Amino acid sequence: MFERRIFSRTVAAAAIAGVAGLAPAKAEDSVKVGLILPMTGGQASTGKQIENAIKLYMQQKGDAVAGKKIEIILKDDAAIPDKTKTAAQELIVNDKVNFIAGFGVTPAALAAAPLATQAKIPEVVMAAGTSIITERSPYIVRTSFTLAQSSTIIGDWAVKNGIKKVATLTSDYAPGNDALNFFKQNFTAGGGEVVEEVKTPLQNPDFAPFLQRMKDAKPDAIFVFVPAGQGGNFMKQYAERGLDKAGIKVIGPGDVTDDDLLNNMGDAVLGTVTAHLYSAAHPSQMNKDFVAAYKKAFGNRPGFMAVSGYDGIHLIYEALKKTNGDTDGTKLVEAMKGQKWESPRGPISIDPETRDIVQNIYIRKVEKVDGELYNVEFATFEAVKDLGKTKK
Amino acid sequence: MTSILTNLFDGVAYGMLLFVLACGLAVTLGLMNFVNLAHGAFAMAGGYICMVLVNRMGWPFFAALPLAFVSSAAIGIALERTLYRHLYARSHLDQVLFTIGLTFMSVAAVDYIQGSSRVFINLPAALQGQFDLFGVGIGRYRLMIIVICGLLTIALQMVLAKTRFGSRLRAAVDDPRAASGLGINVPQVFAFTFAFGCGLAGLGGALSAEILGLDPYFPLKFMIYFLIVVTVGGSSSITGPFLASLLLGIGDVAGKYYVPKMGPFVIYTMMIVILIWRPNGLFGRTAAR
Repeated sequence: MFERRIFSRTVAAAAIAGVAGLAPAKAEDSVKVGLILPMTGGQASTGKQIENAIKLYMQQKGDAVAGKKIEIILKDDAAIPDKTKTAAQELIVNDKVNFIAGFGVTPAALAAAPLATQAKIPEVVMAAGTSIITERSPYIVRTSFTLAQSSTIIGDWAVKNGIKKVATLTSDYAPGNDALNFFKQNFTAGGGEVVEEVKTPLQNPDFAPFLQRMKDAKPDAIFVFVPAGQGGNFMKQYAERGLDKAGIKVIGPGDVTDDDLLNNMGDAVLGTVTAHLYSAAHPSQMNKDFVAAYKKAFGNRPGFMAVSGYDGIHLIYEALKKTNGDTDGTKLVEAMKGQKWESPRGPISIDPETRDIVQNIYIRKVEKVDGELYNVEFATFEAVKDLGKTKK
Repeated sequence: MTSILTNLFDGVAYGMLLFVLACGLAVTLGLMNFVNLAHGAFAMAGGYICMVLVNRMGWPFFAALPLAFVSSAAIGIALERTLYRHLYARSHLDQVLFTIGLTFMSVAAVDYIQGSSRVFINLPAALQGQFDLFGVGIGRYRLMIIVICGLLTIALQMVLAKTRFGSRLRAAVDDPRAASGLGINVPQVFAFTFAFGCGLAGLGGALSAEILGLDPYFPLKFMIYFLIVVTVGGSSSITGPFLASLLLGIGDVAGKYYVPKMGPFVIYTMMIVILIWRPNGLFGRTAAR
């Protein structure tokens, strides 16, 4: 099991600069955040983005809040729920952390939920996107997104914009099924028709036969959800098979055109319309500064996972400010409820009832900006709650 | 009708690719009686070498392909001389444990050096897209795979059947003791064959990046496919795995197209049926050694 105390350099730099003239923090003056992320394995890009974003936030805002020093303890779970659970246990029992945070995939977030409840400490979910997560423990707060948010919105948008027949291609696992069902629900309610429905195996080597089937079904558009990483393969084969020339558009939640990978996908991806919470091309000044700082520090573009991490650590800081440094878990969760702030992705808040995120969902189209591919936002659905819960 | 032909074409391309990837394994397993589960690692090495040459150093794709072959073969021969050689006489379980360990090490090493995200090789524009031939959609890249792999298969068959090296290899396999008594340098023949198999895997890895996707988990993800090809085809010849690859490629593509809900199972169902019918594979000799 890896354990790294990241930020030692940041801490040293801060100490040298004598930030706020703090005396060296005593043990009881520090707040520990146990960060559990997939740093290796197929989901490692998620983990890296979140780790980077947190580093960036702490460089910008300092590592002290409400008189306490924030200490991050990073553990790698490789997105395997068993490892998540062990890591959470070690963090809570041995390191006595005040928060657990991160969680690259839904099963990981769920594995840690009972531990958060038992230890009465907040679990800040910064990546995983299935609706049910926040219902599994009263201590779970989410700063990422739910798939229902983006999938329902793209369904609504599609029927209103002349897309009548859609073929769907989704990965056969919980988030893929979430995306598919929420999309179908809103798309067919609006009068659209799903002409073809294909679920691809999660470990899918070759999209060719599935795409040929899509092509022969002659839909107006394909609704796609594949896990980050497979998006590039999908788009390449989509172009190879000439679906772009056949006038079949790609729509979906924004995972398929994640900023992290978008620029390597080639021109085939141009014109893809997705609904999502964040684009690196979001036109606010705050986002421009965020993207510039992130690029300068880490050499690449932040994606939506980075923003979720950035907002997650912000929420932890704000909660501590509100409790005046009190680290009682129940008080911290109370302090997080109803928080509202301006994030690089736009205005967001934490729903006081569900502890889930409320945010704008943007409709974006892939375009070339200064020779690079970006998701350019052209329509906004404001303050979208998690429809997976409000429907119940 | 045209979609049947397009599917057939895709299936043949996929099968050819499987063959180039797996035939090295057929050689080591069938001819040398060595269980090399690390075979996919050599394929991955070839893929990554090709990617670095093309994307980072600006080599043309067609110049990088032979180098992917040569460098994977070089890695293969280095490992054969230093590590594999000592395990020829050991039990199959030892060989499995050793090569699985090697596979995990290769996964971790590539993850460390290149990162875990999927990589692509920048293809020349001439290889991208699809053209219509009497209404049948033909992917340019897949066509190139069929041509390269087809030529390779013919060349391999010729070398094995017609050349002096081929007869030495067959002799060494049939009876190593008698062969060395006749003055054939058996370890050398095996080392060369092993390296050649690794080289083919490397070439296959470079070719497959576009279609199968290349990431550090490649050797683990595709190990099953290689083993299916070898078990179904039988490992005592080149034609067996070749026909098995084609059968599986076409079956897999057709299965995913016509019965998408059952798609992922088709390839395994075919394997089970064939193995019940012919336990030694389609072309296996009973108890070869």
